[in-house]
Amino acid sequence: MDNFVVEVKGVSKVYGKTIKTVALHELNLGFKTGSFNAIIGESGSGKSTLLNIMGTLDRPTKGEVIINGVSTRNMSKGRLGDLRNETLGFVFQFHYLLPEFTALENVLMPYRIANGKADKHGQKRAKEILNLVGLEKVENNLATNMSGGQQQRTAIARALMNQPKIILADEPTGNLDSQTTDSIYQLFRKINQELGTTFIIITHDRRVAEKADRIVEILDGRISLDIVK
Amino acid sequence: MKLAFDIALRFLKSSKGQTILIVLGIAIGVSVQIFIGSLITGLQKSLVDKTVGSASQITVSPKEDGDYILDPQAEIKTIKAANPAEIINLVAVTQGPAILKTSDQSTTIILRGFDWDAAQGIYKISDRMVKGELGTNENEVIIGQELSENLNVKIGDTIEMITPTGKMGQFLVTGYFDLQVKSLNESWVLTNADTAQIFLETGEGVSQIEMQVKDVFAADEIGMAVEKRLNDDNLVVTNWKEENAALLSGLSGQTASSLMIQVFVLISVVLGIASVLAISVVQKSRQIGILKAMGMHNPKASLVFLFQGFLLGILGAFVGIALGIGLSWSFATFVTNPDGSSLVPFYIDWVFIGVSAGIAVTASTLAALIPAIRVSKLDPMEVIKNG
Repeated sequence: MDNFVVEVKGVSKVYGKTIKTVALHELNLGFKTGSFNAIIGESGSGKSTLLNIMGTLDRPTKGEVIINGVSTRNMSKGRLGDLRNETLGFVFQFHYLLPEFTALENVLMPYRIANGKADKHGQKRAKEILNLVGLEKVENNLATNMSGGQQQRTAIARALMNQPKIILADEPTGNLDSQTTDSIYQLFRKINQELGTTFIIITHDRRVAEKADRIVEILDGRISLDIVK
Repeated sequence: MKLAFDIALRFLKSSKGQTILIVLGIAIGVSVQIFIGSLITGLQKSLVDKTVGSASQITVSPKEDGDYILDPQAEIKTIKAANPAEIINLVAVTQGPAILKTSDQSTTIILRGFDWDAAQGIYKISDRMVKGELGTNENEVIIGQELSENLNVKIGDTIEMITPTGKMGQFLVTGYFDLQVKSLNESWVLTNADTAQIFLETGEGVSQIEMQVKDVFAADEIGMAVEKRLNDDNLVVTNWKEENAALLSGLSGQTASSLMIQVFVLISVVLGIASVLAISVVQKSRQIGILKAMGMHNPKASLVFLFQGFLLGILGAFVGIALGIGLSWSFATFVTNPDGSSLVPFYIDWVFIGVSAGIAVTASTLAALIPAIRVSKLDPMEVIKNG
């Protein structure tokens, strides 16, 4: 058996009850630990659906998702929540920071969901991560008082807080200019190399995708291309 | 718990305008409750006090008219033992009707004689004296102010009284009293115990034993205890509640209507909180969605909104108590009788205020249940899909 950190087996997703729209057709796909992957495809191809299913935010109509060697099929909502909190980090096109909290507090959020309090160890780690993403100067700014790039980097720092095995990113630079986009991808690569975190990134920027170790293209809910460099 | 509380607090702080609006809503509800509650309670207290505060609340008298209680001191001891904590101001009264004659007029009066010191408890005669002094010597009496005006009797005058049995006596008027009840001022002639007992020929006996109780509304229960203790078929025990049924039903009607007002105020407060918090769930759905995506469990996410309801309730209760007390105080201070005394005395019942505040906090928390349930049903996918 391959050393997959995330694996989907025969996953289908059908929307609607009377008029059925098939978003994914019995997909089989696995990602190796520590790999840096890009998923590309046109809008509506099903790539976001796939990512959300891998992230246990959505449940497949058929098939199963195996994370860290454990099937998520029969897990309760609470157990799935714990799994996401411990193993997965999400970065979306929108930052989804809590505007009522500062950058530091936002980064600490996953830690507090797991542990309740933000103890010294957590505080220290959050500051280290903010340092890593280059935001130590604005850590006490409210999420609303930062630039788009800073907000997205805060969201990345938040995704890293609980040292997840996997980062799932859905068009993380979709709203950013090309310069910021570059710096974000450099950051992803750095984290991937330094911490060994697995990255699965959806993008439709070919330039970005080409920097990945593996490119998977989804077309109409099927894998149309799978290149490993 | 701590995280949910912190998030709730931050949500409330971040939308200050909305928070202030709900807090004010709750506060006004609480203040109306406290104001109406205090007003009604104060009104009832003063009404009851005016009605029976200076009258016998439980009366022990012989079953047959014209009979006397022959050993009043022994009976008083027995009565007191029935409930020593509650029964106060016991006094033995000797009374009987008589015709009062002046040189040119006559009228029917009731002559009442008691030990002045013992009667002070119920009737507070020395405070009610308008002029002159208590008649402490034999054949000295005091009369009501109205009676003195009607009959044109002055202090130092001698009046003549005739009992139904035809006994006649001469009495010196030593003072006027004002019991603030016109009918009593017109019909009562008060004197010391000895004078009444001799004139009415009761010997050592008295007509009735009167008393008050600390909790006036328990007069019926205490009356029953007294009756049991006395265990004497020749004596009857009456209490003010059976004699003032109309007043009591008026009071309970008032209590019921004030309760109704309070319940409806409460309902409107609850609806207000529930609807504002329901809107805030929509406003905060992005935050809730991402918290859930990051692994926050449904009950914890719901707790954020329950805490908001709880915090709003506490804030609203505090502001409401201040407002309510202020309102009651201004009503007592500025709404006055023509003589300057307040129409309804300022009255604070901390237990009632505590209960009102407790109800407000509980109701606010319960009102947050509806939004909390919506939160637990919110699927993070919806938020993430729709941006």
